[in-house]
Amino acid sequence: MYGSLWAFVGHSYSGPAGRPECDNTQMIKFKVNGKDRSFDGDPDTPLLWVLRDELDLTGTKFGCGMGLCGACTVHRGNEPIRSCQTKMSEVAGKAFTTIEGLSPDGSHPLQKAWMEANVPQCGYCQSGQIMQAAALLKRNQKPTDKDIDEAMYGNICRCGTYQRIRAAIKAAAREVA
Amino acid sequence: MSNVEGHIENISRRHFLGGVISAGAFVLAARVLPEDALADTGEYFGNAQAATLHPSVYLGIETDGTVYIVTHRSEMGTGIRTTLPMIAADELDADWKRVKIEQGIGDAKYGDQNTDGSKSIRNFFVAFREAGASARMMLVSAAAAQWKVPASECQAQFHEVVHTPSGRKLGYGALAQAASQLPVPKADQLQFKPKSAWRYMGKDQQIADLADICTGKAVFGMDVKREGMVYASVERPPVMGGRVQSFDDKQALKVRGVKQTLTIPGFKPPYTFQPLGGVAVIADSTWAAFQGRKQLKIEWDNGANASYDSDQYKKELLATARQPGKVVRSVGDVDAAFAKGGKTIEADYYVPLLAHATMEPPVAVAEYRNGKVTAWAPTQNPQAVQSTVADAVGIKPEDVTCHVTLLGGGFGRKSKPDYVAEAAILSKQLGKPVKVVWTREDDIRFDYYHAVAGMYHKASLDDRGRVDAWLQRSVFPSIGQMNDVNALYGMDIEYGMGLNDLPFDLANHRAENGPAKTHIRIGWLRSVANIYHVFSALSFADELAHAAGRDSLEYQLDLLGSGKVIDFKSQGVENYWNYGESYEKYPFDTRRLRNVLAIAGERSGWGKRKPGNGWGLGVAVARSFTSYVATVVEVEVDTKGAIRIPHSWQVVDAGLIVNPERARSQFEGASVMGASIALSGDISVADGRVRQSNFHDYPVARISQAPYQTDVHLVESDELPGGIGEPGVPPFVPAFANAVFAATGKRIRELPFSRTKLV
Repeated sequence: MYGSLWAFVGHSYSGPAGRPECDNTQMIKFKVNGKDRSFDGDPDTPLLWVLRDELDLTGTKFGCGMGLCGACTVHRGNEPIRSCQTKMSEVAGKAFTTIEGLSPDGSHPLQKAWMEANVPQCGYCQSGQIMQAAALLKRNQKPTDKDIDEAMYGNICRCGTYQRIRAAIKAAAREVA
Repeated sequence: MSNVEGHIENISRRHFLGGVISAGAFVLAARVLPEDALADTGEYFGNAQAATLHPSVYLGIETDGTVYIVTHRSEMGTGIRTTLPMIAADELDADWKRVKIEQGIGDAKYGDQNTDGSKSIRNFFVAFREAGASARMMLVSAAAAQWKVPASECQAQFHEVVHTPSGRKLGYGALAQAASQLPVPKADQLQFKPKSAWRYMGKDQQIADLADICTGKAVFGMDVKREGMVYASVERPPVMGGRVQSFDDKQALKVRGVKQTLTIPGFKPPYTFQPLGGVAVIADSTWAAFQGRKQLKIEWDNGANASYDSDQYKKELLATARQPGKVVRSVGDVDAAFAKGGKTIEADYYVPLLAHATMEPPVAVAEYRNGKVTAWAPTQNPQAVQSTVADAVGIKPEDVTCHVTLLGGGFGRKSKPDYVAEAAILSKQLGKPVKVVWTREDDIRFDYYHAVAGMYHKASLDDRGRVDAWLQRSVFPSIGQMNDVNALYGMDIEYGMGLNDLPFDLANHRAENGPAKTHIRIGWLRSVANIYHVFSALSFADELAHAAGRDSLEYQLDLLGSGKVIDFKSQGVENYWNYGESYEKYPFDTRRLRNVLAIAGERSGWGKRKPGNGWGLGVAVARSFTSYVATVVEVEVDTKGAIRIPHSWQVVDAGLIVNPERARSQFEGASVMGASIALSGDISVADGRVRQSNFHDYPVARISQAPYQTDVHLVESDELPGGIGEPGVPPFVPAFANAVFAATGKRIRELPFSRTKLV
């Protein structure tokens, strides 16, 4: 029972004085899944945290914060990007798609193929995997193994679903073609 | 399944009824609690309990025919949230489409909820069968009474009860009210469906959360949000056991969105599941909390572990492994056999610390209100959340409600709820819900690491190349130090994972364990001590085969002997752990190992192509978590030493398998985790501080580094269910190392492979 032994030192910050909160900020306008959105916070904030904490689009995941794992992958136009490495200062006027906007009802060929192949295990990385694969299929409808390796290299799956990811991408490609 | 009856009896007493509710009360008619009690518990009381008919804590049926099944185990990717309900739904003969799965909160009434040890099916197969069968028999009785016919003329058939002679039918929903008034059948009167009538068990079933995962709707711990919630990021002592001496938060408080800072004092040894302590930055967003934390200036008192250096520690472990240790198994007389001379081979093996690196870093939301805590967490062990949080904030475990979200990976890390306690401590101070988010750097630097291990093997061969004597020593900081700082030797559970249960039939064999003190938090990681024990022993078996000029697979078959149930007691193993199972029900039967090994040989085309010139196959066999697995790995090593795995084969005898689809996926995944451990898993420490921090310096297997294809073969079996989540890892690593040897002639004696120059 160590609880009673613990002491706490709180340092409360009180009052807005000196906080540069309302200075030098301006409304950043952008689109997510077709909807107009705006943001007036710290322009260095990564898009990831705005999607998750402010827009409640939690399908986009936090995995590493360094662009190393791909869990936060979304589309800017047709291009896959790491939302943890995309500052809000860079998003003005841009249109983004997240996993929630990939299809209205989970009917994107990749989503169907993912379910057909029972790809996910824990599922945490799969939004990023699907978004990365969707961007691949937009530019290459007949990806080879090498194409898949190159496109998907940046997306880690710790459960190890890679061979099913590969199979699902190929299955979706057949449907798209 | 000839032994099912005994299984039901025992398991139900031990795991289901024991300590939860009295034996006679399992079979409860109607409601456990009166209506007003239901109202009081509000949102924490699930539909299953509130349902009109609920013959067990795992199942309830509403009058509209909806069947609620509670999964009390945590979903971290094994599919258990789907697979356990399959068992009850099958016995109930329910329509799977009308089954709603509920995630159980942490509550002792469910029995054990610690989802690790690959034991969910082993321990709860019977309880879920009983739940389904009880409900089915009550529904049949209710229908028979209504029709005034003998129950023997009625049968349950896909969500209806049918009176066979007349063809009359009543749905489960229509019968739920009447059934709830009936006594529940006694355990010894329960009738189970014959295997031939199974509707779901043994057949592939998609996971319940599949569509939600593929559309981004699935809720993980990271996704929980509560009204009025604030975000916290904690700067923890860089050295285990360190303390905050002083800190300056002026700059941190200037960061936009940061509200305040709080300190969390360090743990009182032993470290158990307590938080490490540190300084928390509280903010109105995750990002602001991260940014504020970077501005903290903290003076640490690093304490006694600041001199810990993993290179030095490695030398000490290996030196200890060269010394006689505590004997944990002894067959024949190894010393006398060695004294005879002959060909002897010896080798040191080493496995470094490993981090779990779940894709979802630790995260939790906790809300302290009026002396009670509600937590939402991706936890493998919600009852440990209750006790740990209770200790941390000075309340009773029953005053902690733990909601279990989906887990973005677990692998053992999320059995330890230090991160939930952090959130509860902060919430108590702040009077509002707090979300503690660990960064990846926090995750890698403040893990409960898989133990580092040094091992020594020595064997003598007779003139025909057969093993005459084998000495096996292992030295590792025990998980026991989590609860006892003086636990310098291993525990039975660690011995029982590859040290005192080497499967080989040897005339002279001794296993020993030497002491080691840890300077960092040690915990368990998927397959635990098997990782280092099986890696070293099955690599050494390959060394012996090579020394004897024999084929490695045939040699392993010979080492197993003709096959038998191992008699551990006669070999000085007093308390063989056997993964917590009774030895009568789950004997260690080396015939099953021989079988999987032979099948692996056939399926992989073993022996058909000459290895060398950068190509080779490797093989290893192991029993773990009561399942029997043989793994063959194919490798290609290019002229620069880059390794590729075109193929691996996992042959599995895990007894009865409820959901083969998820079993295959677990063994595919275990191959990938095995590849990560082998290729790159390496946590090192200097000045008590972990050097690695993220996936750039703690790499895990990516798509092109994982096996291109893993074939999983599940042996058809009616034996009792064995583990699925972990047993694929142990044999993969030595099979992989042995394949590299076959391809290159380079023997790998330490992990990761990158420590060995291949070209």
